[in-house]
Amino acid sequence: MTSFLARALSFRHGVHPPDSKALSAHVPIRRMPFPREVILPLSQNAGAPARLIVKPGDRVERGDKVGEAQGYVSVPVHASAAGTVKAVELRPHPNGSMSEAVVIEVDAHSPQLPRPRIVPRWEGLTPAQVRSAVQDAGVVGLGGAAFPTHVKLNPPEGVSIELLIINGAECEPYLTSDHRVMVEHPDRVHFGIRVMMQCLGVSRAVIGVELNKPDAIEALTRTIPEDLDITVQGLQVKYPQGAEKMLIHSLTGSEVPSGKLPMNVGTVVQNVGSIAAIAEVFETGYPLIERIVTVTGPGVVRPSNLIVPVGTPIRDVLEFCGGVTEDAREVVFGGPMMGASQPDLDAPVLKGTSGVVVLTRSQVTPRRVHPCISCGHCLDACPVFLNPSLLGKLAQAGRHEEMRDNHLMDCMLCGSCSYVCPSNIPLAQMFALSRSALSRDRERAKAKEAREAAEVAKAAVADEERVA
Amino acid sequence: MNRVRLQVAASPHVKGPDSTERIMWSVVAALAPITAAAVWYFGLSALLVIAASTLGAVGTERFLGRHGDGRGTLSDGSAVITGLLLGLTLPAGLPIWMALVGGVFAIGFGKLLFGGLGQNVFNPALLGRAFLQAAFPEPLTTWPAVGGSWWALRGDNFAMPLMAPQVDAVTGATPLGLMKFERITTPVTDLFMGDVGGSLGETSALLILLGGAYLAWKNYLNWRIPVSVFLAVGVLSSVLHVIDPARFPGAPFMLFSGGLMLGAVFMATDMVTSPVTNRGAWIFGLGIGALVVVIRIWGGLPEGVMYAILLMNALVPFIDRATQPRLFGTGPPVERRKARAAP
Repeated sequence: MTSFLARALSFRHGVHPPDSKALSAHVPIRRMPFPREVILPLSQNAGAPARLIVKPGDRVERGDKVGEAQGYVSVPVHASAAGTVKAVELRPHPNGSMSEAVVIEVDAHSPQLPRPRIVPRWEGLTPAQVRSAVQDAGVVGLGGAAFPTHVKLNPPEGVSIELLIINGAECEPYLTSDHRVMVEHPDRVHFGIRVMMQCLGVSRAVIGVELNKPDAIEALTRTIPEDLDITVQGLQVKYPQGAEKMLIHSLTGSEVPSGKLPMNVGTVVQNVGSIAAIAEVFETGYPLIERIVTVTGPGVVRPSNLIVPVGTPIRDVLEFCGGVTEDAREVVFGGPMMGASQPDLDAPVLKGTSGVVVLTRSQVTPRRVHPCISCGHCLDACPVFLNPSLLGKLAQAGRHEEMRDNHLMDCMLCGSCSYVCPSNIPLAQMFALSRSALSRDRERAKAKEAREAAEVAKAAVADEERVA
Repeated sequence: MNRVRLQVAASPHVKGPDSTERIMWSVVAALAPITAAAVWYFGLSALLVIAASTLGAVGTERFLGRHGDGRGTLSDGSAVITGLLLGLTLPAGLPIWMALVGGVFAIGFGKLLFGGLGQNVFNPALLGRAFLQAAFPEPLTTWPAVGGSWWALRGDNFAMPLMAPQVDAVTGATPLGLMKFERITTPVTDLFMGDVGGSLGETSALLILLGGAYLAWKNYLNWRIPVSVFLAVGVLSSVLHVIDPARFPGAPFMLFSGGLMLGAVFMATDMVTSPVTNRGAWIFGLGIGALVVVIRIWGGLPEGVMYAILLMNALVPFIDRATQPRLFGTGPPVERRKARAAP
C-alpha cells in the first residue's frame, strides 16, 4: 500500500500532453434526463453489427432488445429508454457515415423501469454461462474500441491466462469517466473483477492507474476484498499508457509480440468501465443501456460526468451541460488524441463513447505544415518503435507497400508522432489513409485474380468446344 | 443551444508546443552570443563579414525559396542560421563580397537546389564555406590577430569583386596552424575563452557550449552528436598523445582549438543532415570525431572539421538505414517484472 507511489511503472517513449482533467475530475457523476428520442445504430461494436428485430410502431420497454447478435464477434443492442419505435432508417453515425439505426420516441410519462429480470447468480455459473450472459447484455469494451467483451473472456485452447489487467490508466487528456467510476464505485469494480477472475480462472489481478488519480488509487486500494489477490498499481502519467500493449509492458515488463494479442503473454486486459458494466449485469441483470460520459473541454459551459442513455443525441448532452461557448469549434467523441471529430450534432452517444470533448478555436486552428526536418522527435515518441519520419516520407510518395515493410500495420494510430511533429505533418492521418489504401489494393488484387481465373476458365471451355 | 460552426479534423486534435519556426529561431538565439563575441574580438570587420554572409543567405531564400503552398520560406528561420553559421566560419578580413557570394551559394546550391528545407544532403553553411575555400583559398586562410581598435578593419573587407584583396593588416597564425606547422601549443585557457586567432566563431568554446546546452535542454539538438564527437576526438588524441607527446597534442588542445566546438555543437547537429535515429547519432558523431583527428594529424590541412562533417553528411542515409529502431514486440523475451508489490 505504501509502495505504489514509489514505483511509477511505465513504458518507453510516448508523449506528455497536458492532462487537462481538472475541468471535470472532481465533478460527481450525475444522471441526465431522458431525451425525446434515442437513436440506436445497429453497428456499435467492433465486429458484425446487430440484426434488427423490431419494426416501426413497436412498443419497447427500457432494456428490451432491438437488435440481436449476429455471429460470435457481435452483441445485441438494447432499447435505452421505453417508448415507441418511430423509424428504422439511416441516421448520422459518429464515425461520419449514415448508418441504419432504430429511432425510439421516448415515452415521456414512462417511469423508465426496466422489466423485472432474473439476476444470474454468478457463483454457480460456468465460464460459458458467464460469457453468454455478458454477450446477451450487449457488453463491449467501453474504452473506445467497443470490442465485444465476451470474446476476450474466451481464450482459445492451450492458452493459459495468468494475470487479469484492469485498465484504469485513462491516459487520454480531458477524460475522467473511468476516474469517477473508480472513485465513486470501487466496490463495483472489485465485484466485476471477482466475476472475471472466476470466469477466466486466474488468481491474480492488477489495476493500473495513472498517478494523476491518487483518489482513485486510494479508493480502490481501500476496498480490495480480502479474499482476492488484487493489486492497485500506480503508473507514470504518459500517453498512451492506457494502450493495451503499453499497459501490459508497464505492468509486467513483457512485450506483446508484433501482430499478436495480450493473451499471448498470458494476460487479459479489460477497461474499468467495461468491468463496471459486467458488474452491473451480475448485480442488477441490466444490459448495457447507459454509460458514463465525460462532457468537457474549454468549449463546454459546465463540464460534467454524466450517466447518458446510449443513443442520446450529442446536442441533448451538450445542452444539458449548459451548451457550448462562443468560440467552440470542434466536438470530439473520445479523447483529443484518438477521438473522432463530429460533423453532425444529431449523431448519438454510443456504447463506446467515453467522452464528448469540445475544443475551442485557438486549440484547433490549422497550423502551417513544413517539410520534415528529420528532427527525430517522432521516433522518440512512437510507443511501438516505428520510424514515423520515414513512413511519412513514403506516404507522401504513395509508396504504401514499402510502408508495410516498415511495419505500418503495427501502428496503433495513437497520434503521438503527429502530436510532437514540429513541422505539423499529419502523420497519424497519413498512416490511416495508407492503411486503407493498402487494404483497397489487396481487395482489388483479389478481385483481379478472380476475374482472371474466370477468364482462363472461360477460354478453356471455349477451347474445348472448338476442339469438339 | 447557440449555433456553432463545427470543424472536422483528423486526430490528434491537440498539438505539442514545438514548431519548426521555434526550433530554428531558438538556434538563432543560441548563436547570438557567439556572434556578439566574434564582433567583440574582431571588431567592425566581423560585423561586416557576418552581415554579408547572412544577407546573401537570407536574400537568396527570400527570392527563390518557395514552400509547397506557394508562400515564402523565409519565416522558418533556417536561412538565418545558415548565414550566421557561414559567417562564423570565415576569417574577419575576408572581402565582404566573398562572404555574400558564400551565403548565396550556401542557400542556392546547398539547400534550394536539393528541394529546400529538409531535402538537402549536406550542411548548407559548410557547403558554402567549402565553395569559398575552393574558390578563394588565400583570403580564406588569412587569419587576422585578435586585438587592436574595434573600428580598425582586419583586412581588405571592401575589396572590389574579383580583384585581389590588398592584405596589409596584421595577420596571426591560428592555434592549429601553429601546432601543425611550428609545433607550438596554445594554452587551453586562451582557447576556452576565445582570445586566439582563427575564424570568427572558433573563438569562445564557453559560449558555444552554453548555447548548445540550452538547445539540448530544449530538445532542439541531439546531445548524442556533440558528445560522441568530443568522445572520439578526446579518446583518439589522448591515445596518440600517450604514444608520442611531442608529436601529438593532447585531448584538451584538440577539443578546444579550431572549429571543433562550433562544428560539433551547431553544424553536425543540423537536424536535416544528421541521422534521425539516436543510435545513428552516435555513429555519426564518432565518425566525425575520428575524421577530425585523422585530417588534423595526417592530412594536408591544419583543420578538418568541415570536411569531416561533410563526409559524414553523405553517409547519413546509410547510417539511418542501418539503425532503424527495433519494432515493439520483436525483442528478446523480457524477464517478467513483478506486477505487485512485495507482500
